[in-house]
Amino acid sequence: METLVNDFSPGLFVVQTILLLGLIFLLVKFAWKPILTSLNEREEGIQGALEAAEKARKEMQNLQADNDKLLKEARAERETMLKEAREIKDKMIADSKEQAKVEGDKMLKQAQAAIESEKKAAVAEIKNQVAELSIEIAEKVLKEQLSNKEQQLKLVDSMLGDVKLN
Amino acid sequence: MKEVSRSVGTLLLLFTLCFSLQGFASSESDDKAEGAVSTKEEIDAYIQHHIKDAHDFHLFSYTADSGERKHVGFPLPVILWSSNGLVTFMSSEFHHDDSGEVIVEKGGSSFVKLHGKIYELEAGASEVKFDEAHHATNASKMLDFSITKSVLGILLVGLLMLWAFSSLARQYKTKKVPSGFGRVLEPLVIYVRDEIAKPNIGEKKYRKFTGYLLTVFFFIWILNLLGLTPLGFNVTGQLAVTAALAIFTLVIYTFSGNKDYYMHMLWMPGVPVLIRPVLAIIELAGAFLIKPFSLLVRLFANISAGHIVVMSLIAIMFTLKNSLGVAGATGLSLVLSFFITLIEVLVAFLQAYIFTMLSALFIGMAVAEHDHDHEHDTHGHEVSDAEDVRENFI
Repeated sequence: METLVNDFSPGLFVVQTILLLGLIFLLVKFAWKPILTSLNEREEGIQGALEAAEKARKEMQNLQADNDKLLKEARAERETMLKEAREIKDKMIADSKEQAKVEGDKMLKQAQAAIESEKKAAVAEIKNQVAELSIEIAEKVLKEQLSNKEQQLKLVDSMLGDVKLN
Repeated sequence: MKEVSRSVGTLLLLFTLCFSLQGFASSESDDKAEGAVSTKEEIDAYIQHHIKDAHDFHLFSYTADSGERKHVGFPLPVILWSSNGLVTFMSSEFHHDDSGEVIVEKGGSSFVKLHGKIYELEAGASEVKFDEAHHATNASKMLDFSITKSVLGILLVGLLMLWAFSSLARQYKTKKVPSGFGRVLEPLVIYVRDEIAKPNIGEKKYRKFTGYLLTVFFFIWILNLLGLTPLGFNVTGQLAVTAALAIFTLVIYTFSGNKDYYMHMLWMPGVPVLIRPVLAIIELAGAFLIKPFSLLVRLFANISAGHIVVMSLIAIMFTLKNSLGVAGATGLSLVLSFFITLIEVLVAFLQAYIFTMLSALFIGMAVAEHDHDHEHDTHGHEVSDAEDVRENFI
């Protein structure tokens, strides 16, 4: 202990105190303050950059999700549109078919009606002509046959028979 | 590449400086004819001498062919506050005398150097008289502000730190990430800030004290490492130096202590009133004596012990020469001192770390905001912060 006390140099203590004080002040002013400020700034910058990157990533994710959603919606819309189109097409075809059938039927009926009427007309005409012809023939035959009396009676008889049949 | 060639250049400069010192070397014929240190007592004295501060920068001595004892080194300025005022002269005036035989007369006073200390002789005395215990009876010590070897070391390290760290600070002006040697220094600065200052003082208040902690950490560490070089500095093994460091910490935590800190020190809440004065005495002793004393003694003792052990192991070369032979003793000494030196490199860092860590801890305890109102906390959130954890730990 005595040697320790003896070795303690008050002068060195004073010199060390002064030098250390100066060193602390100089280092704080010229080194530690700028270094720590720059380090803090850099760390904050890194933190900010990381946060920005994270934000950007999230935004990207959102965007992606939006895109996916849009795509899905578009796909669904296309699907419905296609379906609708198909339905419309089917309906149109069905309608057309129906209409065509109706039209056809109508035309057929008209045709049938026309044919029927034509037929009737034709038959009537034929009947007329036949009647005319018959009358003409009958005229001629009568003119010839009724030149004698016997024959006239015979004819009247047959005619009467015929009339009965008719 | 440029950095490397620059540091090689610095090394070369150092070497040439060391060798050119011989020009300054004074060649004094020593009284001791043998000169060399070889006996146990001489080794003890040599180690004791090395542990102490010195007034000149002595690298080594050798005996020339002519039988002269030559010392290689250079003198340092001596600055004394004597009874006749300020006196300055170069330490070479003592001619390497350390036993009080050479008397230097300057400024009306006579000075002798005795075991590394300069004494002022009483008026009229022409030589030093000793009592039985080899204490000088007619000479007294005075304030010695000399640029001793330790002061030189402090100055060198101070300039080195200023140069290194201000150049690191300048680098940040132009770039975000330092290059070259700054890339080595930056992690160390961040280490002290994040591992010592922040956890011990707290996120909110660490900034104000980080400058001091960084200075002290690098100051002690570099001086410890400098002490391991053959230049023979033993700055952090000087009581005056460690005492100054410890008192800095004491002053800082005493003046930055908050109301809570002094409340807990002087009138500890939560204990019976009768015990409070007893606790106050213990706390006061702890804050003003035990804490700084433990800081100063720990650093001083560790570094001094390291130096003594390394030098003793080197001395095995001489002490065991007879029993092991020259080669055996030298080999054993080299192996042992090599490994102890490795450990000393670790201790150099460890002691710097411990000193800084404890300083930060003491400061942290003084500025901690105690939330001892946990029970009736109106905000309802209990924060078990670093301070609480640390208190429990201590």
